[in-house]
Amino acid sequence: MNILAIDTSNQVLGVAIQQQGHITGEIVTNVSKNHSVRLMPAIEKLMKEVSLKPEALDQIIVAKGPGSYTGVRIGLSTAKSMAWALNIPIIGISSLEVLAYQGRFFNGLICPFFDARRGLVYSSCFKWEDNNMVMIEPEANMLMDEFLDKLKSYQHPVLFLSPDISVHQERIQEKLGNLAVIPDATFQLPRASHLIMAAKERSVDETHTLTPNYLRLAEAEAKWLEHQKRVNNE
Amino acid sequence: MKKDTIILGIETSCDETAVAVVRNGREILANVVSSQIESHKRFGGVVPEIASRHHVEQITYVLEEAFNQSNTTWEKIDGIAVTEGPGLVGALLVGVNAAKALAFAKQKPLVGVHHIAGHIYANRLEKEFEFPLLALIVSGGHTELVLMQEHGEYELIGETRDDAAGEAYDKVARMLNLPYPGGPQIDRLAELGQETITFPRAWLEQDSYDFSFSGLKSSVINTIHNAKQRGEELKKEDIAASFQASVIDVLTTKTVRAAKDFNVKQVIVAGGVAANKGLRNALETSFAELNIPLLIPPFKLCTDNAAMIAAAGTIAFEQGKRSELSLNARASLPLK
Ligand SMILES: [Zn+2]
Repeated sequence: MNILAIDTSNQVLGVAIQQQGHITGEIVTNVSKNHSVRLMPAIEKLMKEVSLKPEALDQIIVAKGPGSYTGVRIGLSTAKSMAWALNIPIIGISSLEVLAYQGRFFNGLICPFFDARRGLVYSSCFKWEDNNMVMIEPEANMLMDEFLDKLKSYQHPVLFLSPDISVHQERIQEKLGNLAVIPDATFQLPRASHLIMAAKERSVDETHTLTPNYLRLAEAEAKWLEHQKRVNNE
Repeated sequence: MKKDTIILGIETSCDETAVAVVRNGREILANVVSSQIESHKRFGGVVPEIASRHHVEQITYVLEEAFNQSNTTWEKIDGIAVTEGPGLVGALLVGVNAAKALAFAKQKPLVGVHHIAGHIYANRLEKEFEFPLLALIVSGGHTELVLMQEHGEYELIGETRDDAAGEAYDKVARMLNLPYPGGPQIDRLAELGQETITFPRAWLEQDSYDFSFSGLKSSVINTIHNAKQRGEELKKEDIAASFQASVIDVLTTKTVRAAKDFNVKQVIVAGGVAANKGLRNALETSFAELNIPLLIPPFKLCTDNAAMIAAAGTIAFEQGKRSELSLNARASLPLK
């Protein structure tokens, strides 16, 4: 079985390939450059490196967000179109869950997050239990401060994983003190190969209906709904 | 016998998710358009983020539908053409990345197409081109005069210096409280009204083929505003007719002058506003007098679709043009 994994949901661009149970190739870059320009050439290059032809692919796994709206759409447009054209199954995995795998051996709460500006984060909380990454806090777009308060209430060590760790590190330590564990930079980036691990026991998605996991309404939509609410209350 | 060229076209530059299959740049085998107009109506215009979200939800459905309708298999497809720009960048990105993924997965050549080239080539799906040819492109985002000496060569001889004609239509429609999209509404009202107000015509420099509609737009807004302050009620139909008369006068006069100056063999009208009845009638009358053939595509080929992208892409493809897998979406892309 040959699997291609794609993650362009945040600044990290990740592509990984698994052949017959082995990860044979992986590309991870963490630069602020255009995913749209770089994704297909990266896939082409990696597939060539591992001598894999597109028609030999059996499955595609894609990080479906949360993250940059545009980034997520680049990943999904690419993954869905490839899966459809090759007539192979696709699986969408939460971008937070992929990152959580960097804390796979941590005995405690594993909290991946992405900065969402204005004090907000996309975040969730996981625990490694019975050989499974179990989500114990729902994915949400929330204020980092509120998230930290919630984590503090567990009174358990918390592992923080995020490419945006530096933005929030001070606040995390202020709020959680000794309970906060912040690993080295190498653990702060999502790895596309972990997508394959995360998808192992997952049932396949329907290619047509697989949609991004934005965790947030489009701004115009949110405003419109708010307006409707106001009008209805008057 | 020359082998057929079959091109798959993809268009997502604004609020239509469209896929088409076209044979030899002239024959539509499938032309599927999934319109989002209903989703944007409540916002009074296209919201880019919402358009992009729809595209990613629709793209594979529309692809599949186009394949089903055309009875095509991948083996028969010679290449993939996709709108590269101009347009809403987030919307374009969905089509561009889908096209690249297909090109790689099926090892097919890829070619990026300019949206306006697409609008022009919509006409070739109806009638073969004769050069030199003049194209007037009028839509929500464009008002351009393009001269073509041969296939795939575009010379921009005139463009709007401010608003596109379609933009002016939408703004005036909003002033008149007409539902979105406003263009067709004004066209409909104009038919019922009279040109009772002489709105300005922006001719610009004597030899210029450029356009300007912001002055006209302001003039319409001021007229409505002033009448309101005086407590007068202007007939919507008359405002629409007067506004439309000004737009059509400028568009027709400049197109006629350019057609004569360049001695063209054909005049083509393209873009959403080409569906406007008033404009069609005025152009038809003028060019009938001059004995220059005028091509206006049927409505479904005037508005955004992917058959036009496949048609323009066929020419690019036959001329040996190819795009790399690093092809990007470009919000503003010069026509050349
Ligand atoms: Zn258009």
